[in-house]
Formats: sequence, structure tokens, C-alpha cells
Amino acid sequence: MEILMIITVGVLFSVSTYLILTKSLLRVILGIVLLSHGAHLLLLTMSGLKEGAPPLLGEGAESYADPLPQALILTAIVISFGVTAFLLVLAYRTYKEHKTDDLDQLRGNADE
Amino acid sequence: MTSLHYLVLAPFITALIVPFLYKWFRKVHTGWFVLILPITLFVYLLQYLPVGGERLEPLQLEVPWVPSLGINFTIYLDGLSLLFALLITGIGALVVLYSIYYIANKKDEPLNNFYVYLLMFMGAMLGVVLSDNLIVIYVFWELTSLASSLLIAYWFHKEKSRYGAQKSMLITVTGGFSMLAGFSLLYVMTNSFSIRVIVDHAGEIVNSPLFIPAMLLILLGAFTKSAQFPFHIWLPDAMEAPTPVSAYLHSATMVKAGIYLVARLTPVFGGTAQWFWIITAFGLVTLTWGSVSAVRQKDLKAILAYSTISQLGLIMSLLGMGSAALHYDIADEYKIYSIAVMAAVFHLINHATFKGALFMAVGIVDHETGTRDIRKLGGLMSLMPVTFTISLIGLASMAGLPPFNGFLSKEMFFAGVLEISSLEIFNVRTLGLLLPVIAWLASIFTFVYCAIMLFKTFLGKHQPEKLEKKAHEAPVGMLISPIILVSLVVIIGLFPNILAYTVIEPAMQSILPNLSGTDPFYVNIYHWHGFNTELFMTIGVVLFGVLIYKNLSRWQQTAFFLKERDPLNAVYDSGLDGLVAGSQRVTNMQMTGLLRDYFMFMIVFMVALLGWAFIRFDALAFDFVNVAEISPYLWIITFVLIAAVISIPFIGHRITAIVAVGVVGFLIALLFVVLRAPDLALTQLLVETVMVVLFLLCFYHLPELRKEKFTPRFKITNLIISIGVGVIVTLTAFSAHAMRHGKASWVESISQYFIENSKPLAGGYNMVNVILVDFRGFDTMLEIVVLGIAALGVVTLIKLRMKGGEDV
Repeated sequence: MEILMIITVGVLFSVSTYLILTKSLLRVILGIVLLSHGAHLLLLTMSGLKEGAPPLLGEGAESYADPLPQALILTAIVISFGVTAFLLVLAYRTYKEHKTDDLDQLRGNADE
Repeated sequence: MTSLHYLVLAPFITALIVPFLYKWFRKVHTGWFVLILPITLFVYLLQYLPVGGERLEPLQLEVPWVPSLGINFTIYLDGLSLLFALLITGIGALVVLYSIYYIANKKDEPLNNFYVYLLMFMGAMLGVVLSDNLIVIYVFWELTSLASSLLIAYWFHKEKSRYGAQKSMLITVTGGFSMLAGFSLLYVMTNSFSIRVIVDHAGEIVNSPLFIPAMLLILLGAFTKSAQFPFHIWLPDAMEAPTPVSAYLHSATMVKAGIYLVARLTPVFGGTAQWFWIITAFGLVTLTWGSVSAVRQKDLKAILAYSTISQLGLIMSLLGMGSAALHYDIADEYKIYSIAVMAAVFHLINHATFKGALFMAVGIVDHETGTRDIRKLGGLMSLMPVTFTISLIGLASMAGLPPFNGFLSKEMFFAGVLEISSLEIFNVRTLGLLLPVIAWLASIFTFVYCAIMLFKTFLGKHQPEKLEKKAHEAPVGMLISPIILVSLVVIIGLFPNILAYTVIEPAMQSILPNLSGTDPFYVNIYHWHGFNTELFMTIGVVLFGVLIYKNLSRWQQTAFFLKERDPLNAVYDSGLDGLVAGSQRVTNMQMTGLLRDYFMFMIVFMVALLGWAFIRFDALAFDFVNVAEISPYLWIITFVLIAAVISIPFIGHRITAIVAVGVVGFLIALLFVVLRAPDLALTQLLVETVMVVLFLLCFYHLPELRKEKFTPRFKITNLIISIGVGVIVTLTAFSAHAMRHGKASWVESISQYFIENSKPLAGGYNMVNVILVDFRGFDTMLEIVVLGIAALGVVTLIKLRMKGGEDV
């Protein structure tokens, strides 16, 4: 199962990199969202995907799935949500001010 | 702290008071207050002179500064230091006196600046020559560079002053920096910064592999400071400084700092072929180049600048040749070669006297006529008789005519060169004959430019229509200093032996200390020493000099003569411009302002680094011992997920793209369900829903996604890079998995602790939640802070509107 998951993660990373390298601001943000998905999945995969009950003690099972990476991913999801939300509003404002979402047109060296 | 330490610090302390004196006593010229200091220091230093047969015992006085690093403010006073310190304070006093009359217009000139810089320079220079510690020398050395640049740019509103200051700063500081590196290498070899200790270890240094680098780096410092070829180009441009500054810094003191350094380190490096040849060769090239270039100049100060360069080359080459004395261990041979060192020391003193006087005379001419251009001047002899006399004596001495001191040192120079050319060591035989010939040719040109200076300025036809002012003799005050200096020229010329055992012999002992222990040097200078080769060489110089001067008008029209600026300036200027343009080009190349390019740099670097690490450490591993089984619906979810992800770049419609990303998010939530992570699945579902709503809200206002208008080349580059990233991440994950499960070093997860202790320690059944709020509650707290900040940021972005046309 790990092999399949790792390949999925690889595809997620490839596509998100491709999106980040494009010119449209929207595509860049979509790429960042996909990148965080890839990172979360990688976290989960690398901790091992062996059989076991969900990490709830009430189950009374013999073995449980590893709870620590799940906690880490939960934190990461919330943080990437916050950042993505901010980025979205930033992109919205950028478009309002500059009337474009093309990164080539948004560059300038007035403040360099 | 001893009185000698305070002697070095005194100019700095005085410099602190000068601005107040300037402000409080507006009626008195500030220079009068300043004048007291160098006179006091000079008189104080005189007491150390050995008079009447006694010998100068070197003084070493230590005050700790940074003892843990071996840096101490150690004063070392021996013959060489004393000679330089007397020059600095003596000529300093005369220059201050001269400057009082030269910069007489108190209203317009910022006198306080002038004297603060000048005192700073004087203190720094005293520090250089009196210190024993290399780092302390370096500190004072850079202070002289700084003070010199400040003084060159004294009239900072002039473009040329600023150019000259920048040039001298860049060149001397480059040299100073390499000198510091050389000092550090000396420290590596001897474990000490003290010159005394280093001299004691001279034998080890010569055999060290760091010998050559240390020597070259230190010599680069000395050559840049002393304006040796090809680093001499800053000196003619430094002539934009006020004339007292040129007289003091750029003839008598600062440019001799490099000479001092070479003389000071001769006991360390001397006696080797490299030291001998490098210094002799650079000195002779500088001597020739300077004297030839001086002939072409039309500006009096420029002539003096090139003549300074040439004379410094002369002294430098003498020091190089004199170092041969350290090589010979046969009893009496060294005395013959040490004549070169004697000539160097003697000419050092002579040059300081006549060059100071000449600069002051030129300053007077400039001050009283308004120009320094020899094409406009002429016939000033009857109008300015005193200045004429001063110039005549100074120039005659510089040209090497009897009975002035320049004649004596030139004779000794020829004698030294002739002795050295018959040296048995260092392969001198092969090139030996070249040395006296070069020296002789340079002397002819020296004679010619001296003649040009004298005849074009003071003789010939007076051209009052070309002058800005009506020429007349200078005020008495301005004449005092140059008169004192030319009196010295005459006195030393007539009675040279008053210097022999008071100044020259102690200085020679410092330069050649290994030889002075057994048998002191025999210094005796006299005018007439028979019809020998030196005398005939001098007669030849005069004859050929007169001949060339007579025919000057013939080759005055040649291109060589008309071109004033040194061709090496082109190298410097284009080098500087090239540096600016080159760095601009590099910056423009990488700083494109495109987000894509920066991402590309980062990603390519990371991929390359990881790829290199994989190959370098042979870290690629594939091992799937502990792989879990794949359930059937996982196949389906994964394939749909991959399909959705791959489709996203191809979607041209914005809503569709957002929905596709949403689908990916929900599929990942489903994966979490399958992988038994209920809390994750819940959160992912919620977050994904909110995210899609946000996307739709925002991008409702945005324009339609356009088709990507990349050129195919760009598309392929992007594709290669992104596939590279995917491959590297996949490989890393594979290897990490194999390392973790395949190897014997299998480390158990710490999660067993959480599974066992959730209930007994935290009283919770949901392990993920217990970890989040109990075991690792800090993460959660700060993640809440992140959310809060993001929310505040969003509000700020929406609500806050900058007024006034800022670029948002």
C-alpha cells in the first residue's frame, strides 16, 4: 500500500510544482493547495500504514494506527487552511488593485 | 601608558578639541593652536637622538589592548622609528605653519575639518611607525588611508577631488587588506603579532611554505601605499588636495609608510632572492616610469607627483638591493652592500626635505598667480625672487647637483647600484649590467623634468594676460616653512655627517639588525671621492639632460609628450566601470522580478542537492518488507485521485479547476477514512468545504482563466522541473521507508507511549485529541494564533484602504 501512496504523493508534488511555475495567480494558489495535500499524505504514509484500529481507546483493539502523525497532520491542515485563506484574499485584493492576475504583469522594480 | 603612548594619542586628543577651538576663537586662525602640538612632539622626540658617540638603545613599552589575541599597543622606538617620527612631527609642524597662511581665508574654509583630518593623519602615521604589533600597525595604517581620503576630498564640492579621494581609498585599502592577510600568515607561522618576536623567528619563516604568499601580500600593501608601479595611479589624482596636504601626505610621510614597512620587515624577509628581486624590480620600474611620465606633465603639482613616484621607486629599489647584505655571511662583504641601505635612508631624509619645499613653492606660485599650468607661467624670477631661490635649490637637489644633499644621495645610489650589479648571488650576473643603466636613464629624465619645472616657471617670458592674479611675492609667513626646508637641504648637503651617527646609522641598525651586533656600520658621507664611475655617471646625466632639454621643443609635439594622463588610468577606470556593469548584469540576469524564476532557482537547487546527495552517499534504497496490503476500494480512490490531479493543469475554466481541486480534497478525506484517521477525515471535509466556498467567493470576481501562453520551450522546462520534483520526492520517500523498515536499526515509534498513557495520564479515549490538547498542547495553541493572525490579515486586507496613491 505504501508504494501506491508514495506514487500518489509524487504525482501530487509534480502537478503542484507545475502549477506553481505558471503565470496565473489562481493556478499558483491551486498548486499550493495541492502541495499541502501531498505533504499531508506523505506524513501519514511515512509513519506506516499497517492494519490497526482507529486511535480510539474505546475500540478495545490489540493494535492501533499511529496517533502521533495524525495529530501532526491535523495541525498542518489547519495552518495551511489559514495560510491559503489569507493568500486567496491577497490575490483578490491584488486583482482589485492591479486589474490583473498575470504574474508577469505584476512584477515591477519600482521598490527595488 | 608611557609618555610615548601619549605621544601617539596626543594628535587624536587634540583633534577632539579643535572644533571647539575653532568655534570659540573665531578671530584666531585655528592653525596656531594646532601648531603647538607637532612642535612639542618634535622637541620631545629630539631627546632620544643619540648625540656624541652613545648608541640608541631600542625602547619597548607595552600596554595590553586585547591580550587574549596577542594584540598589544606596544611602542617600539629604534633608529628607524625615530627617523620617521621626527620626519612626521618636524614636517608636520612646518606644514601646519604653511597652511595657516595658505588657507588664510577663514570665513569660507571649514578650517576645523582640515585640522581634525590632519591631526588624525599625524597620529595615525606616528602610530604606524612607532608600533611593534602588526595588528596595531594595520589599524593605524587604515586610519592614514581614511584621513588621506578625507583630506584629498577637502573641497568635496569638486568632482575631481571626490574622484581622487575615491581612487586613493580604493587602491590603498585594497593593499591594506591584503597586507592584513599577510600579517595573519606571519601570525600563523610564528604565533605572534610582535615584530620583535617575528624577527627572532626569521629563520623558520624563510623555510615555511607560507613564506611567498605572506611576502607577496605584505608587499602589495606596501606598494599600493607607496605608489609603486602599477599602483601609482592614485598619487597624481590625489593632487586635488590642498597643497599643504600634498606636501605633507603625498611627498614626505604617508607615501613613505610603504617604504617604512619594507624597511621594517627586511630583517624578516630580507636576504632571499625573491625579496631582493621583487622590490628591486618594482622600485626600478617605478623610478623609470615616474621620471619619464613627469616630463610629460603640464601641471606643476602633477610633475611633483610623478617625481615623488619616481623618487619612491628609487628608495624602494635601494632597500631591495640593500637586503642582499643580509644574505652574505662572509665577514666584511656585507658592508659593501649595506651602502644601498645607507643611500635609501639618506635619500629618504633628503627627499622629504626638498620635496616638501618644492610642494610649498608650487603652492605659493599657485596662490599668487592663480594657476599651476606651466604653459601659462613664466618669467616669475624677478617677481618672486624668494620662491625662485627655494625652487632652484630644491630642484637642483632633486636633480642631483652638487653641493646639495640630492647630489650625495644620488652618488650613493649609483655607488650602491654599481656594487650590487657585481653581486655573486641571486643570478645578478645575468641582469647585473641592466641595473646601473636603468638607474642612469631615470636620472637623466629626473634632470629634465627638474629643468622644465624651473625654466618654464621662473624663466622665459612673463605672460600676465594668462594669469588670474597679478603675480607678486608671497607673504613672509608662507615662506618660512619652505625656507627652513631648503636650509636643511643646504645644511645636509654641506655637512652630511651631522646625520651620520645620529640618524642614519641607528636606522641602518634597525633595517639590518643581524649585522649590527658585531661591528657597527661605518657611515661617512663626503662630496669628493675621486674620479670614480659615479662621478662620471653624474656628469653624463647633466650632459644628456641638458641635451634633451635643449631639444625639448622638437619632440614636444609627439603624441607621447602630449598625452598627459597615465595610460594605466584607463585600466583602472574601465576595471571599475566593468565591475559595476558586470555586477549589474549578473543582478539583472537572476533578479528577473518573476515569481516563476525564483521558484525555479529554488526548486532546481533543491532537486540537484537531493539528487547529488543520493548519488554521493549511495542512499537510494528500495525495500518493502513491511508493506501493508492494499484494500480494493483504496485502488479506486487512488486512481480517481491521480486522474483528478493530473487533469487540473489542463482545465481552462476557473470554476471547473476549483471544483477539481475540491474533488481532490474530498478524495483525500476519503483516504483518511480508509486509513483509519477519523479526526483527520472530519477536519479535511470541513476545511475543504470552506476552502472551495472561499475560492468560489474570491474568484467569482476574477477573470476567466486564460489559456497558458507559454512558449513550448517554457512549457517543457516547467514540465521537466516538476517531474524532477515528483521523482525526487518519490525516491526520497522510498528510501526513507526502506531505511526505516529494511535495516537493522529499526527504531520503535514513540506512539506506544501515547496509546498506553492516554487514559491513565490524560483521562481521554481519543488519542489524537489527547495529543493535541494535552501531550502536545503548545502546537495547538500556536496554531490557533496562526488562524487568528490569518483572520486579522484578511480583515486588514479587506478593510484597510491606503489613501494617497501608495502602491498597494
